[in-house]
Amino acid sequence: MNSKYEVVIGLEIHAQLLTKSKAFSGDRAEYGNHPNTNVSVVSLAHPGTLPRHNKNAVEKAIKIGLAFNCQIERYNKYSRKNYFYADLPKGYQITQFDTPICKGGFVKIKLKNGTSKKIRLTRAHMEEDTGKSIHDIEPQNSLIDYNRAGTPLIEIVTEPDIRTGEEAFQFLTEVRKILRYLDVCDGNMEEGSLRCDCNISVRPIGSSEFGTKVEVKNMNSMSNVKRAIEFETERQITAIEKGEKIAAETRSFDALKNLTFSLRSKEMVNDYRYFPEPDLPPLIVSDEMIKQIAKQMPQLPEQLYEKFLNNYNLGSYDASVLTETKEIAAFFESICKTCSNYKAAANWTMVHIKGYLNENALEFDDFKLSPEKISNLINLIDEGKISNSAAQKVFAELINHPNDTSEIIAQRLNLIQTSDTTELEKLIETALNKYPQKINEYKSGKTGLLGLFMGEVMKLSGGKADPKIASKLIKDKLEK
Amino acid sequence: MNYPKGFNNFSQKVKSGEISCCALAEFYLSNIEKNKHLNAFLEVYADEAIQQAKKLDKKIENCEKTGRLAGMFVGLKDNICYKNHHVSASSKILEGFESLYSATVVERLLAEDAIIIGRLNCDEFAMGASNENSAYGAVLNYFDNTKVSGGSSGGAAVAVQANLCTASLGSDTGGSVRQPAAFTGNFGIKPTYGRISRYGLLSYASSFDQIGPITSTIEDMALLLEIISGNDEFDATCTQKPVEKYSEINKIDRKLKIAYLDNYINSNGVQPEVKEKTYQIIENLKNKGHKVEAANFELLDYLVPCYYVLTTAEASSNLSRYSGLLYGYRSKNSIDLESTFKKSRSEGFGDEVKRRIMSGTFVLSSDYYDAYYSKAQKVRRVIQNRTKELFADYDYILNPTTPTTAFEIGGKTNDPIAMYLADIFTVQAPLAGNPALSIPCGVDNNGMPIGIQVMTDLFNEKHLINFAKYLCEEIIK
Repeated sequence: MNSKYEVVIGLEIHAQLLTKSKAFSGDRAEYGNHPNTNVSVVSLAHPGTLPRHNKNAVEKAIKIGLAFNCQIERYNKYSRKNYFYADLPKGYQITQFDTPICKGGFVKIKLKNGTSKKIRLTRAHMEEDTGKSIHDIEPQNSLIDYNRAGTPLIEIVTEPDIRTGEEAFQFLTEVRKILRYLDVCDGNMEEGSLRCDCNISVRPIGSSEFGTKVEVKNMNSMSNVKRAIEFETERQITAIEKGEKIAAETRSFDALKNLTFSLRSKEMVNDYRYFPEPDLPPLIVSDEMIKQIAKQMPQLPEQLYEKFLNNYNLGSYDASVLTETKEIAAFFESICKTCSNYKAAANWTMVHIKGYLNENALEFDDFKLSPEKISNLINLIDEGKISNSAAQKVFAELINHPNDTSEIIAQRLNLIQTSDTTELEKLIETALNKYPQKINEYKSGKTGLLGLFMGEVMKLSGGKADPKIASKLIKDKLEK
Repeated sequence: MNYPKGFNNFSQKVKSGEISCCALAEFYLSNIEKNKHLNAFLEVYADEAIQQAKKLDKKIENCEKTGRLAGMFVGLKDNICYKNHHVSASSKILEGFESLYSATVVERLLAEDAIIIGRLNCDEFAMGASNENSAYGAVLNYFDNTKVSGGSSGGAAVAVQANLCTASLGSDTGGSVRQPAAFTGNFGIKPTYGRISRYGLLSYASSFDQIGPITSTIEDMALLLEIISGNDEFDATCTQKPVEKYSEINKIDRKLKIAYLDNYINSNGVQPEVKEKTYQIIENLKNKGHKVEAANFELLDYLVPCYYVLTTAEASSNLSRYSGLLYGYRSKNSIDLESTFKKSRSEGFGDEVKRRIMSGTFVLSSDYYDAYYSKAQKVRRVIQNRTKELFADYDYILNPTTPTTAFEIGGKTNDPIAMYLADIFTVQAPLAGNPALSIPCGVDNNGMPIGIQVMTDLFNEKHLINFAKYLCEEIIK
């Protein structure tokens, strides 16, 4: 990137709220149903139908506001945004205009260099989603699925605080993580339950005025957001360098070609004729309601991260991996209830369990073993009953027999470590007899050969020998 | 066989079996047939009415419990939804459209065994004061067929006037129930905003619209109002306040404080007989010992402009759903999405509806929002506050319902502004949200009915009904 310029980026995020019913009707709000089945006279805007409040959507919006440190609006008016389009049955969208439910607030992101940065939010408001136009099924016609029409959305708008595609990526990651922690949005960009539009402009470093803003849409993954910003930055700088003027326009991102292209100019702006929605009285949010919701707030990733560092003495890498999702954090914490070896609990969660889940494309919710089973397994290791490598065999077997205990499986697989010294001494004798030459070398100072003898002993014991005891006995024997 | 007007005059005989529902059905259906030229009904549910009547008669014969409206035949203004029946708001844009659900008020009528006899002509989307804006033509006044029915609930008023049904439901946004009720010699109410669910009423101006009955007696008014009022989870603007027993009409046993707005009655264009009748009622009330005073409503000149700015704004948005896309009329000349919207709406809506959509779009446009919509909202608040102040001092406010009696058909069609100004006395109540009732109080020199309007405090319908009965029995002579 040309170092003479600074990029200024603001994001608009639309998140579908996970409610059972739609924002202003009793219709089901679900993804993936057969087209035009989650509809009713209300969501299809039949004559005489009226919207009604969905208290659940409001509560979820307040949760988001609390998580993002926003001020919560007490007097929530709804407004109508008027325009004609095929996916908008009423000819207007119910939204919030001058009284967004969340004002201000910020999201802290971690940068690659280890520092963190606050991205300020302008507002977050409630509104309803539109239906979905589908242009690529029939050559002559557009098809419309109204299942989505009326699904509750929260639109989060940032201040122009973002400077790079990487920061936008980190911001989206953090927002999605928090939305998922709150259980208010499933955050699936591919399915469109989380959508992001970018406003991008560039200006010479040091300039206090903003350059001409270009809006980029249709980026259906976080990495596409990053790529689109990077492309758009280069495009705008190159144009400015050539002395061209940046057009105020809306552009779309083409992920295959990795470029943005113009959709429409912003010179002819739509007049949406916003006015207060007369069918919905203002919704008053009481202090009591906010208090109740605050009580139900889960621990957020940032709080957990601090807790994992301080209470469980984990390193920052472990703490951040273990707070990536609410589920992994909860699993780790559950193990720690019955296991005081936090480091081992962290390793098992991050490495073995997560590895197993990744390999099998499963989620923590699908994991069959209870945290207690894992804690038992760790305790077996710590008690010296099985070795680390044996524990992995037990783990694999445990998954197939989730009702058994680790100890029973270890016995069944004959993995309980031998600490019986007479038995061990016999094995050591056999092992050493195989390498008379090496014994001499060891005695003349090549103590590194201990590993060779240990390996042999472990092999003979079938992995059951307690390595600590075995190594002590071998040393004793050789150094006699 | 002839049956009297007023459900209260024969409902007991229906319950006792002395009058059969089938006989009533035949009576009304033959009246409708005889008076087809009035153009009151857009559709008559003759077969259904007879079927329902038979069922009810059987119930009565078997001494089964029947609802409070058994034997009442109700007509619905063509902007109130009735499941599996057409509803068109007298507009070409909804020609052939069948509602998939019933309005809450209809559900409540049916639950009390009322029989819905048909749907009634009105001004297109309830926009008008003469019923001449209907895509299906004007409704004729039964007393003089050269005169208008009033509007927009013209069919609903004339149907009751000509005894084509027992009562009807209309809707009132700026006077659309009260004005035609006055023109036809009926009772018509605009209840307090939020008293009756609007679910299933095709919206014209959401913050004004209220459904209201048109009846030939105050007793019928009280009963219907009691049955259709009350909270509804499908309308967020509907109040949770409990419904009082309007039908148990109480005697007036105290001296009342009543105001009349002198500058209303003496404003230009008030017909002499209307003025005379109003002052006569005022005198009679004074003679009974009530305190009746002239009050001044200095905001009179702002009422109609404020009303039209706000109602057209809301209408421009409310009518966006009629786009030719999901239901109703779609232009055959459309070739793509944009022309579907443009042509369907241009061809489907009538002139008055288009005029109001354009006015409303204008007052909401970003360059004029502050000058018109926003200012009108402020004026509405001032009107609300001033009206509230009046009811701190007075129990009721009396005015003529309309400046004149029913005018000639075609008399004002070329002058929309003159037509708008005819709303002058009726728009204060919906602007402020207050209930107002039009009561028939006599006729002019040509025998055309005159209505007196009583407005009262918010949610004071119970006392309003009591007072109306008192007026009818002891004051209006």
